[in-house]
Amino acid sequence: MIIEGKKRLWQEYQKEIADDRYFYVRSCVRQNFFPASEKVFLRILKEELGKDVYENAAHTTCSGIGYHSDVVPFETAMTVIARQFSLMTESGYEHFVTSCITSFGLYSEVLETWKHFPDVLQKVRGYLKEATGRTFELPKNVAHASDVIFRFRNEIASRGTHRLVNHLTGKPLRVVEHIGCHYSKMFPSKGVGGAEYPYVLVGMIEDWGGEVIDYPERRHCCGFGFRQYIVRANRGYSIANSKKKFESMKPYQPDFILTNCPGCPMFFDRWQYALSEMEGVTYGQNGEGIPVLTYEELSGLILGYDPWDLGLQVHQVPVEPLLDKLGIPYDPETKFAGKDGQDLGRPDAPTHMKFF
Amino acid sequence: MTRTTVIIGGGVAGMTAASRLADLGEQVILLEREEQVGGHLRNWDRLFPNRRPGYEVLNYLTEELGSKVDIRCLQTVTTIFSGERDFQLQLASGKSLRCDALLLATGFDLFDARRKEEYGYAIYDNVITSAELEELFRSGAPITTRQGKVPKRVGFVHCVGSRDEKAGNLYCSKVCCVTGVKQAIEIKELFPEAEVFGFYMDLRMFDRHFEEMYYEAQQKWDINFLRGRVSECAENQDQSIVLKIEDTLTSRPLKMTVDLLVLLVGFVPSPETLRLAAMLDLPVGEDRFLEPADEHTKSTLTVKPGVFLAGAVKGPFSISNAIADAGTAALQIHAYLKTL
Repeated sequence: MIIEGKKRLWQEYQKEIADDRYFYVRSCVRQNFFPASEKVFLRILKEELGKDVYENAAHTTCSGIGYHSDVVPFETAMTVIARQFSLMTESGYEHFVTSCITSFGLYSEVLETWKHFPDVLQKVRGYLKEATGRTFELPKNVAHASDVIFRFRNEIASRGTHRLVNHLTGKPLRVVEHIGCHYSKMFPSKGVGGAEYPYVLVGMIEDWGGEVIDYPERRHCCGFGFRQYIVRANRGYSIANSKKKFESMKPYQPDFILTNCPGCPMFFDRWQYALSEMEGVTYGQNGEGIPVLTYEELSGLILGYDPWDLGLQVHQVPVEPLLDKLGIPYDPETKFAGKDGQDLGRPDAPTHMKFF
Repeated sequence: MTRTTVIIGGGVAGMTAASRLADLGEQVILLEREEQVGGHLRNWDRLFPNRRPGYEVLNYLTEELGSKVDIRCLQTVTTIFSGERDFQLQLASGKSLRCDALLLATGFDLFDARRKEEYGYAIYDNVITSAELEELFRSGAPITTRQGKVPKRVGFVHCVGSRDEKAGNLYCSKVCCVTGVKQAIEIKELFPEAEVFGFYMDLRMFDRHFEEMYYEAQQKWDINFLRGRVSECAENQDQSIVLKIEDTLTSRPLKMTVDLLVLLVGFVPSPETLRLAAMLDLPVGEDRFLEPADEHTKSTLTVKPGVFLAGAVKGPFSISNAIADAGTAALQIHAYLKTL
């Protein structure tokens, strides 16, 4: 591997990321999958970095899941997105930040369409006006939430209490980074680092002290791939794709997987459990799985937040081996306690994967 | 009055045109940017289709030039002033030249393989270009992976930067197909036990003996040609290269590992050619190569009287075609000079 070659490419794919006054839109699914991630993003931006982030309760899905599953026509998707922009305009914001990778891809696609086909933009303005009476301005800046964390990665590190270093050996943790397909594969220039060697998560890992693993199936889909999972008959493809990735990354002995998409951590996490039950295989060391984190969860760990406040107890692959390497204290007794301290019940232990 | 022709570019086309014009009694100044004339041919080991050494052709062209042409190396033209019937050239050295006719033979550049990011050139250790492989052949250095291993599996990716809308080059570079076949055979000559694969869209064996060479590659050397574009490359832990391809003849996705991957890079117009064209207000095609006055009947003339084109400034050319084209250009220049 010639790292200078990657660095040269990274220089070519820089993008502008606004530094304050964000209009934030949530993902349809993330709060169910990894419930604390979006909350942690808001906490870091507002409380740690003192940024102005606004959410409008009237915002809806971007319709991306329906669009990519061929049940929502493009005109409908564009009009739904126009409505999101009208909420941003009414709220007095110009910097649009989206939590979801598929949304980010769809916003990019819609804005590029409008840029190249201004007549389509005029039509959509008409549709929105007719349907809702609303008007809108185009955002001055569109970023994915991982872009924003990337932009402030050094500030997070400087406030942090932990680095991505094994506190027992002093060696950098070895990290698999996985980028959601809709982040930059469609529009390489919209992603930090481009499409083939994205830098958005690499930058966080390296600047937080870790070491990135580049393994043969790095670019491959996590296994979500809407038609693979949403069409029930295709779910075998979904787990087969995930398995292909786990087998490819296993020889590199990653300490954890870092993701920036709603679906990817879900499928990496849940399918490791499913594969261990189906085939008795585990991909980490000593019968453990490979912990999977979102970039917000990782930011929270760097900043010293309580792992259970980050929702790490709802991961199906236990994160304790990673916490031990990082030297992050945790209380096993409160792992399955609710915020009010009441016991929420302990899930059944997996048959093969080591459970804590 | 002595009539002078300045030829810019001392590659195959420039050298040939200079010799022909001198043979016709014209005074010629040949300007070359590098230390020596010869252009890309200097870097090529053996030539298709008969695999004769490149230096044979280079020596022939050099001997033909002899002392009858005023060759000036390490020269760059900074500005060109077009007079009514002549041209004034300012050189970076500070000198200036007057001429009655000007021949642009500034050739081509090779496509920068780093632009095809998915192939990992200049990122993965064992991805090289056809030009680098040729240089290895020429130097006689042992051909190994970067880790010093004898390659057991070698892949050749055709059309790198050619016929590629994403790269902005819709044109065919003509010579990469046959170069790929030639180099694949040469690898088999060196490593008979190696498995060699060519990944192609279609193989354009357009000239004499090319198709026979392609047959030889398959029948005698057992080289496998797979129709399909490589979609991505990645590096294994042992630095071998993992390829993903769709084999479009069997309609199946394919994943395989090679020890060495060779990218057959195509032609791109040289920035120097475009700079000179802008100075002379010459038309440039959508493919960014220069447009002759008429594609069929005045292919070495331009719309500007006294300015002529030869070789790869007009698009991809093989060596034989560049030599023939340069001969035509010399005749056209000679005819033009007689009218002055």
